[in-house]
Amino acid sequence: MTQDNGNSQDVQERIGVYVCHCGTNIAGTVDVQQVAEWAATRLKRRGVVIGRDYKFMCSSLGQELIENDIKELGLTRVVVAACSPHLHEATFRNACQRAGLNPYLCELVSIREQVSWVHTDKVAATVKSQAVVSGGVERVLRHEPLEPLRVPIHPATLVVGGGIAGIQSALEIADAGYRVYLVEREPSIGGHMAQFDKTFPTLDCSACILTPRMVQAGAHPNITLLTYSEVEKVDGYVGNFVVTIRKKARKINEELCTGCGICQEKCPVKVIDDVYEAGLGYRKVVYTPFPQAVPKFPVMDVENCTYFKKGTCKACEKFCPTNAIDFNQQDEVFSVEVGNIVLATGYDLFDARRVTNYGYGRLPNVFTSLEFERLSNAAGPTNGSIVLRDGKTVPKAVGIIHCVGSRDRNFNNYCSTICCMQGLKFAHLVHERTGATVYNFYIDMRTAYKAYDEFYQRVLEEGTLFVRGKVAEVTDVPRIKDEEGHLIIQCEDTLAGKQRRIPVDMVILSIGLQPRADAKETAKKFGLSCSADGWFIEKHPKLDPVATMTEGVYIAGCAQGPKDIPSSVAQGAAAAARVLGKIQQREMALEPVRASINQDQCSGCRICNNLCPFNAILFHDDRMVSEINPALCQGCGTCVAACPAGAISGTAFSNEQIMAQIEGLMLLNVGEEITL
Amino acid sequence: MSDESFEPTVIGFTCNWCSYRAADLAGTARVKYPPNIRLIRLMCSGRLDPTFVLKAFSSGADGVLITGCHPGECHYLEQNYKALRRFHLLRRTLQGLGLEPERVKLVWASAAEGVKLAHEIASFVEEIRALGPLHWGGNGSNQSSVISGQSTAHAFKEVPA
Repeated sequence: MTQDNGNSQDVQERIGVYVCHCGTNIAGTVDVQQVAEWAATRLKRRGVVIGRDYKFMCSSLGQELIENDIKELGLTRVVVAACSPHLHEATFRNACQRAGLNPYLCELVSIREQVSWVHTDKVAATVKSQAVVSGGVERVLRHEPLEPLRVPIHPATLVVGGGIAGIQSALEIADAGYRVYLVEREPSIGGHMAQFDKTFPTLDCSACILTPRMVQAGAHPNITLLTYSEVEKVDGYVGNFVVTIRKKARKINEELCTGCGICQEKCPVKVIDDVYEAGLGYRKVVYTPFPQAVPKFPVMDVENCTYFKKGTCKACEKFCPTNAIDFNQQDEVFSVEVGNIVLATGYDLFDARRVTNYGYGRLPNVFTSLEFERLSNAAGPTNGSIVLRDGKTVPKAVGIIHCVGSRDRNFNNYCSTICCMQGLKFAHLVHERTGATVYNFYIDMRTAYKAYDEFYQRVLEEGTLFVRGKVAEVTDVPRIKDEEGHLIIQCEDTLAGKQRRIPVDMVILSIGLQPRADAKETAKKFGLSCSADGWFIEKHPKLDPVATMTEGVYIAGCAQGPKDIPSSVAQGAAAAARVLGKIQQREMALEPVRASINQDQCSGCRICNNLCPFNAILFHDDRMVSEINPALCQGCGTCVAACPAGAISGTAFSNEQIMAQIEGLMLLNVGEEITL
Repeated sequence: MSDESFEPTVIGFTCNWCSYRAADLAGTARVKYPPNIRLIRLMCSGRLDPTFVLKAFSSGADGVLITGCHPGECHYLEQNYKALRRFHLLRRTLQGLGLEPERVKLVWASAAEGVKLAHEIASFVEEIRALGPLHWGGNGSNQSSVISGQSTAHAFKEVPA
């Protein structure tokens, strides 16, 4: 018995039901005509005044059909049974709006993706379609006219991370005429790219292509460079973020400092540089990480400074020609207002010590890729000579091991994207500069993208030897006389089908990339989520790799996943384009899917307060009630479901709407006879 | 009602960002599953008020499938964990009410897992078919009935914790 599901009073609304054939996509499995007629007759008392079926509802003629009915029949609600709302919800909402009906009084129910395409039994599919339409009718009866929330967009942008992706983003936005705050944790912008010697596959000098960009960013009138600074807190929402930034004390007065470098020269203390030189070289206590650093101001390493440790020295102050040294300088904490945020926080390198069988940290002549970058860099600790850890011996045979820490279920499952090309670049550089025999040990050679495979061919032709197989061990324990005094790489050669032991003098581990150690904290700060591997999750892996689920926060570069320089630059520019689009809209409309608290019903129990990860719920101590900030609310509805007093309601997904939809869906049981 | 002709009706709650999209994907890929399930879109599995499940049962559903994003992948950061907590409480409550807790199931399905979702639906429908009809409420005239004799009998069946 199918009768107004226990809700027998007649309704005042006038509903139109539109059933789409979608060619034969729906009509091939569902008796669409019957669904439309059934709705018009059996759901009459639920307010349905017209049921129509049409070949393509989304076509302009189909939309006109709905628009005319709204005008001529005075429809107050519309249900369209067609494809997924993710495809055409906006289409039918717009049609309603054109005919003068509030777009949120239209409900699109899916009978294609969820019925005709997944079921084969025509009767069952038709019954299910009827149930789905009935659910839509009951739901739309409880819809309310809604207006999108409009928020203004502040024209300034925050870019976090001064690597190549962040620099690119900042420059694009600044060139378009808008203010950018570029925040970098290290004393200089430049990121990892500043440490490299050559870049694949063109072998351009990394510094030669990077430093002009750094200078440009440093001198741009629209870019406020905040190096040696970190974001402490992010408040607000898209268009209206308030970001608290801590500018760490450099102990240098930037107004007075000319960047002459005399302090650095005169400073008597040398410490090992673990960051920029990867532990291979030294720096002073007052230092700029590298000569081309932007900004030019040095920083003081307070932990190692003799003055801070013993109270004397001050050599830097004595020699500074402009009195720029300020031992009393304190951290500055201030906030900036921005409309959008680009996160380009980059990556950390995999810790090669974790692969104990490769001996890094135990066997001196096992190097990581970053150490090799510094070795081969003309501005590095050896002035570009490729030598062993003793600082003088030139290797005669070098083994380069790919996929260290990547594509390995013990460490990281993913491919780090850059290691193959990096390994090939190293092979070329070793070959060119030392004439040594070079072995590359790889699992698979991955040289996608423009001109990359050509580079592989070139390295092959140069005579580099390739062994396909995962290296089992790097050891210094010889088995035969020839192996004495060498590192031995034990490996299965899967192409030759045998075990090999290859003696070399130097081993380079092509280590993978991994998310920043503090990526999770950063994600939380900015309201993002991380994938299981720890990379920031983009809005859509294919169609929206730049935006995130948090409106107004974009990601670029390796923070989103391992990528090479061209991809990082492209993504940085793409993020900038999205930000510029937002800025130029001046204001934006947010979907009105929001929760709100009925202040009269709220008991002040605060159960909802801790459920919101977006800090959208604030508690008024004076009145003992909670309130939701509609601009911060993302509309998940978790608080609505939790409120014991039923004081929270969610627009577009209210309890009444969902309860009604359940009743509507259950109007017909599975297997029930269809009666008109 | 003989069990041979029993066709269970299942209500599925899907998250707008993952499982609803997985359902869309199953459709696009033409992966087949039984027509016994009817889906309701929520913005998040965290939106699932446990009373929705009770409402579905009282309206005649034989089973309820709750689906959400995988742990750590929630569109709203961590709300699926809250759904998980509620799910366990709900199962306990159902048991206390004399319903088989197996009539409610929680499944994680990302937007890419159309095939997985279809398989989960198919196996859940079979699990409910094996449990038999619920007869709790039912549509129309049955609305006001509380737990009928048959369901009470279920309550005394062996219910795994």
